[in-house]
Amino acid sequence: MASTISVSNKNIWNGGVSPLKASYGKLMMWFFLLSDAFTFSALLISYGMIRYMHPAYEGNYSEFTFANDSSNLYWPIPEMVFDAFPFFHGVHLPLLFVGLMTFILILSSVTMVLGVEAGHRMDQKAVEKWMLWTIIGGFTFLGCQAWEWSHFISGSDAGLTYVDGSFFQGANLTQNQYGPPLFADLFFFITGFHGTHVFSGVILNIIIFYNVVVGTYQRRGHYEMVEKVGLYWHFVDLVWVFVFTFFYLV
Amino acid sequence: MSDSAINTNSSKNENIRRIWKVAGILALITAAEFAFAFAWPDTWSRMPLNVWFIILTLAKAFYIVAEFMHLKHEVKTLILSIVLPMAFVVWLIVALLAEGSAIIDAVKNFWG
Repeated sequence: MASTISVSNKNIWNGGVSPLKASYGKLMMWFFLLSDAFTFSALLISYGMIRYMHPAYEGNYSEFTFANDSSNLYWPIPEMVFDAFPFFHGVHLPLLFVGLMTFILILSSVTMVLGVEAGHRMDQKAVEKWMLWTIIGGFTFLGCQAWEWSHFISGSDAGLTYVDGSFFQGANLTQNQYGPPLFADLFFFITGFHGTHVFSGVILNIIIFYNVVVGTYQRRGHYEMVEKVGLYWHFVDLVWVFVFTFFYLV
Repeated sequence: MSDSAINTNSSKNENIRRIWKVAGILALITAAEFAFAFAWPDTWSRMPLNVWFIILTLAKAFYIVAEFMHLKHEVKTLILSIVLPMAFVVWLIVALLAEGSAIIDAVKNFWG
């Protein structure tokens, strides 16, 4: 019955060949990432609309002060909110820490590609080395994010004195020293959702790293699993690039 | 497939050099974003700056997806099945922001 299993030349989608020249697992990772991008797009739209509902700061950038009048809670300039750096208490260093976080994540993406490249050469030692660097980069980023969160939650020395005389420092889900409470909510939700992705990525990387170390992929004959978690890891980096622009720069 | 970032046919050093080149481009674009954020004059409108930031972000996204995620070197059907839905979503974002702001304005100004 050879004729029934021979591949028809008329239609490559009839089975027997891989029209996309990629394995099932890799394709599914791509489509999962596509659907994940939809979720982040929805967050971006929410951010844009909520920001549009609030009044914008009208004055000069260099003379920026935080809103303290609840009848005119204008949106803060993000780089004025996130201007702290560890061990530099009270020094105004806008964007510097978040810039460092961006570099750390890009660098861990680079070590991930180097790991994938080593996998193509079946170089187990090199894959181990680069996967480990990627995991360290991921943990460093998470540590930075924890610092950023705790600083935002505890607030700056200046705090905020409302017009009714009450004083508040920091931010939570209902109060925000730096402006509208929804600014804090969006910060927690968007960076938190991204941080959860980074955390899952680190866990996946650790599992794959373990398999690399015990030689699972060497025996299997290919390192495609490293490629798959690599795709996920690059996506996490990609999302951060957008969070950086739309939450911190614009 | 000859200009792949990770190509089993090209030599090890060539692949690694290409990876670091892309990394350098990403670092440079991020540094440029910083330079613009700090150097932009106080009195100028922020609008062109924000547009410029979005362009730089899309450039970074292109390098990450095309080279690091290797999409540029996949089969054309695979590229399209990722890029086309995403293009529609980008349009959805633009449309919802435009329509949404119009609705918010209408509700706000309902009583004049």
